[in-house]
Amino acid sequence: MATVDRVYKNTGARLFLQTIVGRAYPRVVGLLRERTWFFFDVLLPVISVSAYVFIYRAIQAPDIYIGFVVMGGAMTAFWLNILWAMSSQMYWEKETGNLALYIMAPNSLMAILLGMALGGLFATSQRALVITLAGLFLFGVQIQVSSYLLLFSVFMLTMIALYGMGMMTASLFLLLNREAWHFSNMAQEPVYLASGFYFPIKSFDFWIAAGASIIPLTLGLDAMRQLSFPGGVELGFIHVNIEVAVLAVLSIVFLFGARWLLGFMERLAIREGRLTDARR
Amino acid sequence: MQAAQSVPTPAVAAERGIIQRTLRSAAWLGWQIESNWTDPLIFIIYSVIKPLASASILVVMYSVITGGNFDSPIFPYIYLGNAFYIYVAAVLNGVSWCVIEDREQYRMLKYIYIAPVVIPVYLLGRGFAKFVFGSLAVFITISFGVLFLNVPLDLAQVDWPLFVLSLFLGLLMLAMMGLTLGSVILLIVNNVYFVGEAVAGALFLFSGAIFPLDVLPAWLRPIGYIIPITYWLELVRRALIGSVAESFQTLAGFSNGQLIGILVSLTIVFTIIAFVTFRYCDHQAREKGYIDRVTNF
Repeated sequence: MATVDRVYKNTGARLFLQTIVGRAYPRVVGLLRERTWFFFDVLLPVISVSAYVFIYRAIQAPDIYIGFVVMGGAMTAFWLNILWAMSSQMYWEKETGNLALYIMAPNSLMAILLGMALGGLFATSQRALVITLAGLFLFGVQIQVSSYLLLFSVFMLTMIALYGMGMMTASLFLLLNREAWHFSNMAQEPVYLASGFYFPIKSFDFWIAAGASIIPLTLGLDAMRQLSFPGGVELGFIHVNIEVAVLAVLSIVFLFGARWLLGFMERLAIREGRLTDARR
Repeated sequence: MQAAQSVPTPAVAAERGIIQRTLRSAAWLGWQIESNWTDPLIFIIYSVIKPLASASILVVMYSVITGGNFDSPIFPYIYLGNAFYIYVAAVLNGVSWCVIEDREQYRMLKYIYIAPVVIPVYLLGRGFAKFVFGSLAVFITISFGVLFLNVPLDLAQVDWPLFVLSLFLGLLMLAMMGLTLGSVILLIVNNVYFVGEAVAGALFLFSGAIFPLDVLPAWLRPIGYIIPITYWLELVRRALIGSVAESFQTLAGFSNGQLIGILVSLTIVFTIIAFVTFRYCDHQAREKGYIDRVTNF
């Protein structure tokens, strides 16, 4: 009598971790495999950064602003990754027919999004690093980090909060169709403006800047500028320690918010039959 | 006999009819694709927010450094250049993006090819819808600048004939550049999404749209001088606010007539390049089976 080997299947926390790795893997490998993507992902922000640097030079701005632009330009890579590879990802998955498979598979949608976030974070960090180095080299920006540990902590907290926000918005995009592309497109420049990608956020009225702080990049960028440039503290919005505390709170709120919203939206999308509804 | 000569032959009339119909249908299709994804209110908000946010970034940067001195000629230089550059992204990308959308997303390009249409005219027609949206964004941006930021635009002082002529030439030139780009995209199967943005970004940097070319390092300036957009933006600035253009030396040595001559020449050159490129790329795309190729990128 032939014996049938049972296939071992992960469950619980192991399945959750396996799903994260499984979803992060194609994101990392995919972004590295297509080398020309890397080239364009770096080239486009460098062009934007260069244009803004030359504007500052045309109006004879102090050199510190050139550094601000370079750092802001590097961080655009993360925002674009959030918009096009996190938030609107569910829309693309729906278009290509994968979304139904995600929902059917015996794993957590949260784990899929976490995998997407980790993979995207890894791949985008490389791009941001190259953009920063290119900016530093091309424009001779001087950096003077006051605390590497704090800088690293701020960066990681910013990323956790940012990708948590990306997961929240991804769940909202479960319900969208063609408008997803337009909404992502619409959220580029207004966020560059609100978060002060190319100028210190302190330039805004306090309450406007405080409102814009709901986007983690606003405080993250401001704190990193304060920690990286001589004179950055004078142009900072609020004290770095307060920014770290707010970012920590945002990280928790966004991650838990994403978990709750994802469950809610998934149920809603199933009930309304929107998971396979691809309207081009 | 003369009357007989002035009447077009049936073949010519049919050809004209096809061109007109293609242009009209493509423009209408483009309009529907751009606008019917939502209700009119959200669409208007969408159309207003993006250009205003882009302009506001420059405004904030400028005011942070100058303490809000909007009377300096550099401000309207930057502001108008940025506003009219919206046309570059809209028209140039609009024509080329159409190839990507129709081939990859809607997967209709093969059906367009077998329909009785003239493909370059179809592509230009699709770009026309983007031109309409671009015009709305340009109008809103400039109005905002005039109303709230002291952009010294006096309608009574505007050189309207120069403005209309330069706008027409500029848009024609951009459409031809877009057709060239769209033709090249016919032969590219990966990364086409980036190509239009990369070209528009490079032109933004080198055309003196938002800063005088003199600010660029000397070895980069020649790139700006061979880009027709540089001359087009200069003509538009001269037509709208002559005093602003006079404040910068980059193209001060050229009279309006010379600038128009350069722009006309470059437009003719780009028109020839566009149609030659299209013929070649179209043939190659058919040969290699790229017309209906879907990569899911």
